[in-house]
Amino acid sequence: MIKITNEIVEEHGINSEEYDFILKSLRREPTITELGIFSAMWSEHCSYKSSKYWLSQLPTKNEFVIQGPGENAGVIDIGDGYAAVFKMESHNHPSFIEPYQGAATGVGGILRDVFTMGARPVALLNSIRFGETSHEKTKHLLTGVVSGIGGYGNCMGIPTVGGEVEFNSSYNDNILVNAMCVGIAKKNKIFYSRASGIGNSVVYVGSKTGRDGIHGATMASAEFDENSEEKRPTVQVGDPFSEKLLLEACMELMKMDVIVAIQDMGAAGLTSSAVEMAGKGNLGIELDLDKVPCREEKMSAYEIMLSESQERMLMILEPDKENIAKEIFEKWELDFSVIGKLTDTNRLIINHQKEIKADIILDILEKGAPSYKRPYEINTFDDEDIKEDILINESPISILKKMISSPNLCSRKWVWEQYDHMVMTDTVLLPGGDSAIIRVHGTNKGLSITSDSTPRYCASDPYEGGKQAVAEAWRNLISVGSLPIAITDCMNFGNPEKKEIMGQFAGVIKGMIEACNTLNFPVVSGNVSLYNETNGKGINPTPVIGGVGVVENLDVFSDQNLKREDDFILIIGKTTGHLTQSIYANELLNYKKGLPPRVNLEEELKNGLAVRELINKRFIDTSHDISDGGLLIALTEMSMKNLIGFNINIEKDNLNSYLFGEDQARYVVAVEKHKLEDVRLLLNEKNVFFEEIGQTCKDEIIINNKKIIILKLKEIYENWFNNYLSKAS
Amino acid sequence: MKASIIVFPGSNCDRDIAVSIKKLTDLEPIMVWHKEISIPDSDLIVIPGGFTFGDYLRCGSIAANSPIMNDVIKKATDGLPTLGICNGFQILTESGLLPGTLIKNDCLSFLCKTVSIRVENNETNFSKKYKQNEIINIPIAHNEGNFFANEDTLKKIKDSNQIVFKYCNQNGEVNNETNPNGSIENIAGITNEQGNVLGMMPHPERATCKITKLSDGENLFKSISEFLL
Repeated sequence: MIKITNEIVEEHGINSEEYDFILKSLRREPTITELGIFSAMWSEHCSYKSSKYWLSQLPTKNEFVIQGPGENAGVIDIGDGYAAVFKMESHNHPSFIEPYQGAATGVGGILRDVFTMGARPVALLNSIRFGETSHEKTKHLLTGVVSGIGGYGNCMGIPTVGGEVEFNSSYNDNILVNAMCVGIAKKNKIFYSRASGIGNSVVYVGSKTGRDGIHGATMASAEFDENSEEKRPTVQVGDPFSEKLLLEACMELMKMDVIVAIQDMGAAGLTSSAVEMAGKGNLGIELDLDKVPCREEKMSAYEIMLSESQERMLMILEPDKENIAKEIFEKWELDFSVIGKLTDTNRLIINHQKEIKADIILDILEKGAPSYKRPYEINTFDDEDIKEDILINESPISILKKMISSPNLCSRKWVWEQYDHMVMTDTVLLPGGDSAIIRVHGTNKGLSITSDSTPRYCASDPYEGGKQAVAEAWRNLISVGSLPIAITDCMNFGNPEKKEIMGQFAGVIKGMIEACNTLNFPVVSGNVSLYNETNGKGINPTPVIGGVGVVENLDVFSDQNLKREDDFILIIGKTTGHLTQSIYANELLNYKKGLPPRVNLEEELKNGLAVRELINKRFIDTSHDISDGGLLIALTEMSMKNLIGFNINIEKDNLNSYLFGEDQARYVVAVEKHKLEDVRLLLNEKNVFFEEIGQTCKDEIIINNKKIIILKLKEIYENWFNNYLSKAS
Repeated sequence: MKASIIVFPGSNCDRDIAVSIKKLTDLEPIMVWHKEISIPDSDLIVIPGGFTFGDYLRCGSIAANSPIMNDVIKKATDGLPTLGICNGFQILTESGLLPGTLIKNDCLSFLCKTVSIRVENNETNFSKKYKQNEIINIPIAHNEGNFFANEDTLKKIKDSNQIVFKYCNQNGEVNNETNPNGSIENIAGITNEQGNVLGMMPHPERATCKITKLSDGENLFKSISEFLL
């Protein structure tokens, strides 16, 4: 027997208060296996102990929501008997230590969360954030993460259709890898994780258990320091081929009426799936670890319970139906083993080598889990405007050239061409636009999908940043003409034990609540990643919002590419020229002070619904939301694909503020001449502010009579990644 | 009439190809599991794209040794039309049904994009509906699509007019700049000497649908259909 010392308790990330509670509840000292189980279940990653209080305030329902947070993924009704199942999850810490495997297993984990609910995954997205481009590790991490994401998704045959890439010094030693998966299921064939039926079998399927990833959840709940690289053995290794087999085997089994409950073994492996499934059903669970298929010899109960080996699932089956399942898993050459049964004792009992290694009342693990309302302080930057002398008197075209070829605004093609974005042949809108659109296979209906966040806004004003993240995801879905339905969120923050970090979290959540409510855009699933700090320095607060919407009829949608010469260009929404916290101010002028643009949610709703109506009435087929970089960047992005340019005339004193400011709730649309009157009428009728600033033209960009050929811009726009990576660091 | 689509563990374009066959030919697609030892009575064999056995060993090499392959080799050698796409092309070279081999892209990374290819030979049963030298747009998605053959093999391939598709640009120019993966002479697809087995890296099944704005793959399926009628 290992003697539990204070050091061991501390190494498990359990504080003295929590340990006292364990002693009191058990009325004895825990075994090492039990301590490991407590450590995993009570880690920030599994227990949400710092965030629960705030998360529970988020709106989670509207008329479309079938399943909100608390399951493996959220579920929404998309009509015609179908449901969309989706979630986003972080894999930040592992990806920093081992970028390829960290990112790959992040994709693997989110895929399992979706197909465990009976949905076939149809799309992957990812939001990835790296340190500044001059940082010594950035190239290595970027190439590793991108090939890891591609390596997993491509092999699975699931298209990766969207996402975002950002470079910022706050991620220098703490990159973010957030992966989102969307699946489609029959609405009446959703599988849940709540166990039921005393005496039913607990069945292990998938790959074998090894020593990889032990304590992954605990690692993901701690800050980094110089020795973090030593944690490499706690990073799991992905096997997308096994996952593909697991997917097909599960899909085959789910067609039969056999599965009572199912959950993937993700963070904290067998421990969390067993505890959560039995806990949700108010039952007990007894496991015999000698029956767990192991890849390595002499694994202890502690190691088996805490391993985070990938590509594994836990299922509850009625004993007389075991054979049906066994046959299918044998066909796919996957392990299948009955490892325990459900009981009525509310206890988790772990047997291994004829000994009881753990015996814990489930309520202690679940309901007894700590929940903290940590002290917080919501700080914002001072409201300082850019002084005249900082503003450079540079021509818009010269600024445009610099911005369009800068790391945060250049084309992401180098990234998404490494992802198979066309497999399954349902990708209607490819990566590179506001939202991807995926056809619901065999129908004429589509899902619009996006992911977005603007961390620099959140850092300067958490509340406005939280609002903005939700509003921008909504706007992205509106821009393609879809009806936004719901979101998943991936909350990446620093150390919650610091009150200013907790304040960022609280502020962002408060902003999100308001935006979700006004836009009828609830949260159905999500994930929290805290302690994104290295040597005491936190990342920018990064709430990544994954949004899903519905395109009722795939004959009617819009994209951002200008299509014809002589279309009229309209800016919908008010432009005041808000510069502070814009990319122009932050990255070109290196002015990082001041507040972000405010989101007026009423305006957001009004403008967005009007744009959607313009698309649905077929008045427009070209629209793009205005976000990072402002109006001129949006227009330039629109001109790249078809090399159709624009000629605009802007008479403003503060021309550059107008062109590069980042006021919210705005869209650029292009209107054919014969539809212009209809568009004006509709916008006036809805009381929506708009400006007509010019017309589209052949292959040139013309701003107040100054010209540049689009091809010239396109070259620098598309080559940034290649140039960056081909230079020796 | 039937088309047998061979499904290996890790195949992932099997459904896509079945959809295209159903839509564009008179063939009924049937899925044949790799562990079967004989192919049911069929008029076409298709080996779809994917990552068979994870591509953990040389791409296609494990699949080429699956039980079903004995019958595939026998029937293809006897003249049954056989089509291998992407990983299917790799399996065909690994099993010896097609000459040459497919190595890692010269850009050293996975590449997914729509490329232009030029029809070099429109007299095969797979390309009849295209015009000679027609330029068509078809997506590629692969990590190991760099076709290689030694001098002798390449000469034989050329002498017997086995090259069906070459990578090019929108204007049909075939050169290094229009070569996405480093394939020798920009080769994107070849047949065997008899002309009944076609292997190609681009995915025609991904270009058969108006909604994705790509339809240049349709004529490949229509060619097969016309030939079989």
